[in-house]
Amino acid sequence: MSDTTFTPIASLVGGLLIGGATTLLVLASSRVAGVSGIAAGLASSSDRAWRGAFLLGLVIAPALLAATGLFTSTTWTIEPTTLVVGGLLVGVGTRLANGCTSGHGVSGLARLSPRSAVATATFMLLGIGTVTLLRHTGLAGGLGWAAQ
Amino acid sequence: MGRTVTASDTRAQTPGDAPTGEAPTGEAPTSDRRARVEIAAALAAGIVFGAGLVISGMSDPPKVLAFLDVAGDWDPSLAFVMVGAISIAFVGFRLARKRSTSLSGAPMSLPSRRDITPSLVIGSAIFGIGWGLVGLCPGPAFAALGQGHADAILFIVAMLGGAGLVDLVRWRRDGDPDGATGT
Repeated sequence: MSDTTFTPIASLVGGLLIGGATTLLVLASSRVAGVSGIAAGLASSSDRAWRGAFLLGLVIAPALLAATGLFTSTTWTIEPTTLVVGGLLVGVGTRLANGCTSGHGVSGLARLSPRSAVATATFMLLGIGTVTLLRHTGLAGGLGWAAQ
Repeated sequence: MGRTVTASDTRAQTPGDAPTGEAPTGEAPTSDRRARVEIAAALAAGIVFGAGLVISGMSDPPKVLAFLDVAGDWDPSLAFVMVGAISIAFVGFRLARKRSTSLSGAPMSLPSRRDITPSLVIGSAIFGIGWGLVGLCPGPAFAALGQGHADAILFIVAMLGGAGLVDLVRWRRDGDPDGATGT
């Protein structure tokens, strides 16, 4: 558990950039900026080039931010087992639901999609429920998890 | 999904031939241009999206978990990410809806499904549990990798494996791997 500071302006500015990138992708290429779908399609779709380009952009963005002096480093450590289990759950879940925080939580809600409203409400609720169970009950210790 | 296949096929068949005005030869430069525009746009969008994830705090798992910890020391910052992103994207999709083609020349097609299915709800629930366990979702995992957290690759590989598993099960059941795609 670590303390974080309230950053409404930085988070709003970051959100505006995310919305801008989503707008750019749909107007330029008629694509929805849903990261889980873009990444999963890398393996199963024939159109790999633009998917790879988008994901490469996500990875090099922090380095480009560093060049402008806006880079903020993060200092977290997460157990490898937790990363793998969490990654599996996120991969299975987002593929079943056809979207994640970006595809449903941003693009879907911006399109006023009822599917995305249900998806977003569900993953928010379960995300809150999971953190609450792990941090405020004895569950984490009982399972041997180190609560993040 | 078949656009780039057509592009490369056409290109392979007509290396340096003078255009005759017929559809197959005339199509090649257009398809190449479309692919180039789409790759450049995707790279630019990925960079801006990734910068947004880093600046907003979405790629910092402790901040995400503090956002989800409403019963504890709640940090509501990330609600502002949604407000900012959705307000811009709302305008973006309205503009997109008025166009018949994208700037690359691709037909403008937006997701149109409206059915609330069990897999939508169950999948979102499973995703929420994974998100609450780690504090990473798909986009931020890639940005975190770029921030120097090499172990984010564990999350990414497991995530792609999980998605591949769903595709495999769906394909065995339906014989239609593409049935899984489309928001």
